[in-house]
Amino acid sequence: MSEQNGAIAAQNDPRTEGENRPSALRRIMSGSVGRNLGLVIALVVLVIAGTITAGDRFASYDNFLTIIRFASIIGVISIGLTFVITAGGIDLSVGSVMGLATVVASLTAVQVAATQSSWILMILIPLGVGIAAGLVNGIVIAYGNVVAFMATLAMLVAARGLAELISGRRTQIVIETGFLQFTRSSIIGVPLLIWIFLIVAIVAWFLLNRTTFGRRTVAIGGNREASRLAGIRVKRHLVYVYVLSGLTAGIAGIMMLGRTTAGTSTHGTLYELDAIAAVVVGGTLLIGGRGTIVGTVLGVLIFSTLTNVFTQNNLDTSVQAITKGLIIVVAVLLQQRFASRGPSGT
Amino acid sequence: MIDDDHSEPLLRVHGITKAFAGVQALKGVDLEVRAAEVHCLLGQNGAGKSTLIKVLSGVYQPDGGVIRWQGDEVSIIHPVFALGLGIATMYQELDVVDGLTIAENIFLGHERASGGMLKVKEANRVARALLVRLGHGNLSPSTEVGRLSAANKQIVSMARALSHDAKLIIMDEPSAVLDSEEVRNLFRVIRELTSQGVAVVYISHRLEEIRQIGDRITVIKDGSSMAVGLGVADTPTADLITLMTGRAVANVFPDRVPVPADAPVLIDVAGLSLRGHFSDVSLSVRAGEIVGLAGLVGSGRSEILETIYGARKASAGQVTVTGVRLTNGSVSNAVKAGIGLAPEERKSQGLILDEQVYRNVTLSTFARFARGGFLDERRERQLALEQMQALELRPADPDRATRTLSGGNQQKVLLARWLLHGTKVLLLDEPTRGVDVGARAEIYALIRRLAAAGTAIILVSSEIEEVIGLADRVLVIGDGEVLTTTDAHAIDEAGVLDLVMKGAAA
Repeated sequence: MSEQNGAIAAQNDPRTEGENRPSALRRIMSGSVGRNLGLVIALVVLVIAGTITAGDRFASYDNFLTIIRFASIIGVISIGLTFVITAGGIDLSVGSVMGLATVVASLTAVQVAATQSSWILMILIPLGVGIAAGLVNGIVIAYGNVVAFMATLAMLVAARGLAELISGRRTQIVIETGFLQFTRSSIIGVPLLIWIFLIVAIVAWFLLNRTTFGRRTVAIGGNREASRLAGIRVKRHLVYVYVLSGLTAGIAGIMMLGRTTAGTSTHGTLYELDAIAAVVVGGTLLIGGRGTIVGTVLGVLIFSTLTNVFTQNNLDTSVQAITKGLIIVVAVLLQQRFASRGPSGT
Repeated sequence: MIDDDHSEPLLRVHGITKAFAGVQALKGVDLEVRAAEVHCLLGQNGAGKSTLIKVLSGVYQPDGGVIRWQGDEVSIIHPVFALGLGIATMYQELDVVDGLTIAENIFLGHERASGGMLKVKEANRVARALLVRLGHGNLSPSTEVGRLSAANKQIVSMARALSHDAKLIIMDEPSAVLDSEEVRNLFRVIRELTSQGVAVVYISHRLEEIRQIGDRITVIKDGSSMAVGLGVADTPTADLITLMTGRAVANVFPDRVPVPADAPVLIDVAGLSLRGHFSDVSLSVRAGEIVGLAGLVGSGRSEILETIYGARKASAGQVTVTGVRLTNGSVSNAVKAGIGLAPEERKSQGLILDEQVYRNVTLSTFARFARGGFLDERRERQLALEQMQALELRPADPDRATRTLSGGNQQKVLLARWLLHGTKVLLLDEPTRGVDVGARAEIYALIRRLAAAGTAIILVSSEIEEVIGLADRVLVIGDGEVLTTTDAHAIDEAGVLDLVMKGAAA
């Protein structure tokens, strides 16, 4: 077969060689830089606005760390969700799965066991909770053919209920010192939460853009039937994608436990909406087939910077909510404008 | 009027030009449509047919030229204005709303109402009268459109045109979504319309259809009219193809290459059945052989291919590829074993339209270029490009969005995908659907070349002529059963139809 292909290839048109090299500028502008330029500009505008209105209170190293720390938990959730949305799905359960993870990990029995063995247990358990929830979501959606919106809405409600049940609606304080020391530590002056956010983002970027896993995710989101008929095991892959989203919710649970030193069923309430907003504002197509981790991170940072600017200026949170809504609408409008242009990437 | 020797035609278009962002889509098109005639508009993809239609229906404003409607010069400034004149357009993607009833669809945008209250009864009554006019009094106006077949949705669309009192109905490839029985019905409806004085502008790729339904033909090529108002009866098909493509088409089908007697059997299908669709289909294809499945729509042809491929789960039987038995109902297993499918609905089942061409080419193979899960995009792109060049895919730009390719080149993307995979058995479902007449010969030659290189090919097409012209062996399928297996040169189109009809009668 390959011999024959080579023979045919030999008679190709030499002109085509030059035609397939787009100019450097076009490549940059159609690459990640160009597509995220709008988001970077929006972020810069917000930073300038913050600096003008709140001065040094805003424009300080500590405050910037606060902004990123504030963004880190929702950021990790949004990164997992980016994969689900890119694959053409949705996961509404991320916030409540995170809440459930904090509750299970902070149960007295777990904390006692952790003290007796190792605090690592309190890391593994939230991850396990997230993976389990993702597995259920994925199987129900891929093999049960339940619409993702409904399946994960059910998980949202059920996980929240389960968290209430096992915690008795009480806030469970974390006393395990090893866990607290770890999650509240800093490396070269930067809090661990930010490091986790950074590492998750980098790993996710490689996963989406440079691996077969990412390619399958984009392909399935772009055309599920074509992917299936090309031999991709679509259902199995969709399960993996929801497991990944559950896993990031679990990681976020660990971060939340560390930040608040408490596990409660109300952790992560409405996080799913913030995460969807960040993902879509970042440029990931809600219908699937195109996803961007860089965009998601920028989307999360835009919202947390916005919150910070409003807080620094003691402005009403209602106004902030309205501004957020406006940003979402404008971003989606712009997305629709440019969505049909050019193929995907990043 | 100097040239008023005839009665003035219904529509006379002269020298229409239209450019988009520097691209001259129409360079001066003429068209003349008389009342009560079926006027066929013929041209390859990109010739400017769609642009012309949109000018006539008021979607686009022409840059130059004159449009005369019933003798008066008009400028059709808006789609609603076109409807007001009596020009209605049925687009390829039917513009009916699935969730509404037939009557609601017919009066969409001009609802029968008084004071904001819908007059449902009256709408249903008028709708029924329109449906009767179209010979479809059996359709109930209160039926939800989503439950209708594509053919009946077209009827709804036509009824809507009539509800606007249309004198001219433009139909953009109405037969593309219909099977042969439905096409016959469509033609009957069109004749019904013309007998009532309505003119129809009929657009189609299929020359044989134009022979059947058309009165006169206008051929467009590269945005200009090549011939205006040719009589259908006195223009040979070869002339039409030459006008459309600008070159003479001698023999469309490539010469057969004899299959060596010792060529190995690559795929063996034994007693394959799919409940409700077909039963007990057995066939085997040797390396270098093209086996065609001929039969009418609904005979189970496509289902057979999909079941062989594992996209549907067989209720009985088995498929063996180079001695390996396939897992029933597993596409990935079939692909691994060396089968590739170029599906019937290329756009919805075959391609990721917004993705780059090379990613569509490597959709079945990208994991092969990965190490430890990490893609090697440089190599992937390079190998995709080699296949694209081997198949003379134009433009040979691996980074272009697949959506922008023509039908023929999109088909080549699929062929390139399986070539890159090293597929031994190719299943081709309607390989030339949506492919220009001019580009078809190229696809045919390509298919034959693949076979000559040792691929076993199973071909399905609704154009019986295509199956007979391309295949070495033909299986005639009727009502989900293999009626006969024969050498392709031992049968002709009439013979196939004869068998199918006999099968149906038996």
